[in-house]
Amino acid sequence: MTKKLGKQSFYFANPPVIISTGTVVGPFEANSPFKDDFDFIFDDNLAGQESFEKAERTLLLNACYTALNKINTPPENIEYFLAGDLLNQIISAGFSALKLEIPFLGIYGACSTAVEGLILASVMIDGGFCNLAMAATSSHNSSAERQYRYPTEYGNQRKPFSQWTVTGAGAAVVSVTGMGPVITHATVGKVTDLACKDPLNLGAAMAPAAADTIIRHFADTGRNPTDYDLILTGDLGKVGQELAIQWTAESGGFDLSMNYQDCGELIYDKVDERVHAGGSGCACAAIVAYGNIYRRLRAGELKKVLLVATGAMHSPTSFQQGENIPCIAHAISIEAR
Amino acid sequence: MAKRKKLNTTQQKYQQIVKKTNPKPNLVFNCLLAFISGGLVCIVGQLLIDFYAWAMKLPPEKASNPAVATLILMGALLTGLGYFDKLAHYAGAGLAVPVTGFANSMVSSALEFKREGYIMGIGSKMFMLAGSVITYGVVTAFFVGLFRAVLK
Amino acid sequence: MYLKAFLVGGTICLIGQVIYDATKLTMGHILTGMVIVGGVLGGFGVYEKLIKFAGAGASMPIISFGNSLAEGAIREADTTGIVGVLTGMFELTSTGITAAIVFGFLVAVIFNPKG
Repeated sequence: MTKKLGKQSFYFANPPVIISTGTVVGPFEANSPFKDDFDFIFDDNLAGQESFEKAERTLLLNACYTALNKINTPPENIEYFLAGDLLNQIISAGFSALKLEIPFLGIYGACSTAVEGLILASVMIDGGFCNLAMAATSSHNSSAERQYRYPTEYGNQRKPFSQWTVTGAGAAVVSVTGMGPVITHATVGKVTDLACKDPLNLGAAMAPAAADTIIRHFADTGRNPTDYDLILTGDLGKVGQELAIQWTAESGGFDLSMNYQDCGELIYDKVDERVHAGGSGCACAAIVAYGNIYRRLRAGELKKVLLVATGAMHSPTSFQQGENIPCIAHAISIEAR
Repeated sequence: MAKRKKLNTTQQKYQQIVKKTNPKPNLVFNCLLAFISGGLVCIVGQLLIDFYAWAMKLPPEKASNPAVATLILMGALLTGLGYFDKLAHYAGAGLAVPVTGFANSMVSSALEFKREGYIMGIGSKMFMLAGSVITYGVVTAFFVGLFRAVLK
Repeated sequence: MYLKAFLVGGTICLIGQVIYDATKLTMGHILTGMVIVGGVLGGFGVYEKLIKFAGAGASMPIISFGNSLAEGAIREADTTGIVGVLTGMFELTSTGITAAIVFGFLVAVIFNPKG
């Protein structure tokens, strides 16, 4: 019996359960309106390490251990670990997997990695390949800044549409049984290219990918925006959110304005004026979804959430060679049970 | 550079919406800050020139050498202490265009790649951003100089 | 002199800011452009007049770096012939470059990036 729905979506016959999550952030995120939902806040940008790359790894490991501690499960009980991040060759994920000693599949979807990991973990569980899997992702403002843009101390004036990479990490443990919200549907996105070239304006580049996946999700599942309490995109920021609403209406005829929010727009609300359009990075969607949204799903405040994480699949090399920024978005429907 | 590819109609349509939605920088405010901060940096420079001219009994054109070096030292220290990027957020071109910006681009690169070691990091990455300024400056000056030398 | 330095220096920075905000060029593009402009102006001896007029207002912005490179090359070429273009290139700018390298190195050794 096929579980495929339409062109790009599928449903889970036995919806996998998110039984635990862990969220860890850096000092800048301590001012976020969601700060009470983070499990741990480092008050040092380096998290006690010698470099930003090692700090990011510490955040990721910390998020994983937090998620495991909450359900009193040692790492060896987790059968597969699916993780990815923004750094070249996903070193944060790889080096964390070394410490965790869990069989590891490294994944890369830029900032869409959080949802990509959840989809794959759910597929493995509903497919009967394992009972317990963990999906995790991380990003660090300073390590991303130096890889994608400028040295962190370089005096670059940020543009009003630029976004601030979140320092943080999120991990989710997905199980075949247990308490918690379940993952019922998933829509795997296509890479889109709507000719955006500005690597400082990623919200605008990613918005059409989000719109494409959202429209596809509704077409495949026969659902409507009103079926969800909340439609949440990963890290489009103010500019991208605005564009996603317009483009979804323009190209799919769906009205998102009622119940649509964006993690990037929410996370730095009134934190610092240097943030401009909002947050971005792998951790942006992960810490909002695994923190605030997960708690509200468990409490029954939210019943049905469509989580759409967006990612820009470019590299400094590709845009310096004059190429457009290709983008992707993946969606999952998380429902309280 | 890649050739400019033709946009299809969907891309064109989306780019129009992006153009409309993109927030514009606050030009007047940014320019005012850049003008004032840039002017202030130059006043500091002038103070230094006059100081060195007086203290070392140099003619003003010679005194600008130690003044430039002092401004570079200031830019380097501000960068090392982590204040330069915060100031530059407001000052914009006001700090980037004077030699302070040149110092910042070199120091920030050297500092950032310190963790990759003294040779591969500090040593080779120092000119990552400032390199283009030196390269094009020297190439321009070479041809201008050659032109003048041949013309004579 | 101070007023002139303020106004001229401020105006040069203002031009940079306008280009930065109005176009997609990065500060690196703008500074490189300014150095080229400085080199060309130096070739005609124009920028030297501006420095005489505005002092630090003209000698602190990066344009003056291009000007000094050209100026050094031309001056040396005047006295020693065409090879002077090569030998005189860094004659006047050596302070800036040496200071930036030495201070840059020392700062990088002493401090750590704050992020």
